[in-house]
Amino acid sequence: MTALIDIADKVRSKNAGPFWLTLDVFCGADDAFHRISQGLNTGDVANLFNVDPDLVKRFDIPELNVVKFSLPRPAVQGTRADRDMHGASFAVLLGEVQVD
Amino acid sequence: MVKVLIPSGALGLGYDRDALARGLAEKPDIIAIDGGSTDSGPHYLGTGTSKYSRGSTKAEWAELMAAQAEAGVPLVIGTAGTCGADDAVDWLVEITREIAAARGQKLKLAVLKSGQDGNEMAAALQAGRITPLTPAPDISSDLLRDCTNIVALAGAEQIQAALDTGADIVIAGRTTDTAIISALPLARGCHAGGAWHGAKIGECGALATTSPNTGTILIEFQTDGFTITPMGHDARATPRTVSAHMLYENSDPYRLYEPGGYLDVTRAQYEALDDRRVRVTGSEWVETNPYTVKLEGARRTGFQTVSLVLVRDARYVENIRAWVDDIHTKCTAKAVARVGGDFQIELRIIGADATLGPLDTHARIGSELGVMGIVTAQTEALSREVAKMLNPYLLHHPLSEQEEMPTFAFPFSPPEMPRGAVYEFCLNHVLILDDPMQAFRLTVEEIGA
Repeated sequence: MTALIDIADKVRSKNAGPFWLTLDVFCGADDAFHRISQGLNTGDVANLFNVDPDLVKRFDIPELNVVKFSLPRPAVQGTRADRDMHGASFAVLLGEVQVD
Repeated sequence: MVKVLIPSGALGLGYDRDALARGLAEKPDIIAIDGGSTDSGPHYLGTGTSKYSRGSTKAEWAELMAAQAEAGVPLVIGTAGTCGADDAVDWLVEITREIAAARGQKLKLAVLKSGQDGNEMAAALQAGRITPLTPAPDISSDLLRDCTNIVALAGAEQIQAALDTGADIVIAGRTTDTAIISALPLARGCHAGGAWHGAKIGECGALATTSPNTGTILIEFQTDGFTITPMGHDARATPRTVSAHMLYENSDPYRLYEPGGYLDVTRAQYEALDDRRVRVTGSEWVETNPYTVKLEGARRTGFQTVSLVLVRDARYVENIRAWVDDIHTKCTAKAVARVGGDFQIELRIIGADATLGPLDTHARIGSELGVMGIVTAQTEALSREVAKMLNPYLLHHPLSEQEEMPTFAFPFSPPEMPRGAVYEFCLNHVLILDDPMQAFRLTVEEIGA
């Protein structure tokens, strides 16, 4: 098992409006893309952010070697419970996931 | 063919002046720039104010007004003043008048306002004309009346109406990021899918190129697609940088919803014309009915006072969670007993999990920690009062009764900092319109000498 961030080139998270968070895993090479695409489970990603798995959108994009997840923000941007206005730190959690 | 020059991703962000000059030499048909987004949080829409300083905004806007005069083509800004609320539009209009007067420049200015009246929105809700997106917060007529600002996001039709006035400058309130770019190509019969796709690629300036900081790009819209050309000296657009931009701040990389329809890029083809220009074809625009515009709203949820203390003592650092929990319990009980009212105390441990909170299961603790106390209350006075009650705990609270009173490090006097009113975004909804201009107000005036 290896941390995702040690396989991928970059993991990025951004707000997609105040209510959505979107995470882009830039895998780099083809083999890294296949390893991450097969090794990352959508339900596990939902658990990581404590959101309903049915609301997680997933896109595996071989043309770019990117795996993308979009999910309702763990806390709506800027509410009292929100700790990160621009949502960029959530990428760290995904980067720490162990992949086969 | 229509050429749209985009100086940068947003007014106030800065751009490479040589790149802008090269762009003007290409003889654009319009100069379009975005003035904001929700990305900096609800404060700006809540208060109707700009995130960027007036000085920076005025300096950059004056340069773009000079570029407009040189090119003799319209200059359009969307989402003026970060949030696009009516007050933020008025702020930029005032700056524009000052610049025009100083330059002795006579200009026709079109102003498009996107602000919505709370009572009218409450009536629209009752009439079933406001519908939720996913995930949508619960709303009511009272909540809509309670918003300090509600804006509707204008699309291409409303920007076209503003351009049709023959204005030299268009200052628009909230618009979609793309509408200010797609409006003219669509009005002149360019490919609809290409117009929206090119607008999406261009809306962040040079972000879709290898040199994002150069800012300026030129997009040429054609009858079957578009071509992107970066204006920065070393900036290059490649099929990868362009197609990857659909990922950026977008929940769906293939579909983008706009007023009146959606863009579908599933079948888009990206072709390198040379080592710096990319041509895109095959993007599709799908019209939807009824015509809807997205709403954004912000309302005040309370007042906050923030305190900061630093903890360096090894025993306290080691037991920080117990220390913080004990302070929370004791201070909450004291404040309930002495002042009561509606308030919440939160203590975040900086150096442990202040960034991610309970989601963070891998946090490691160093030799020093900060504790940020956040008191949120229904009135400003109560938030300050409870924050002052927190003060002696943060300064002196012992881990046990059997020890000398400790003293921690306050970096400031006083350690508590009032943040004033706090706001939250409370709408993720669309408004159904019979006519695109129904929710918007367009005025034209002559300014300058």
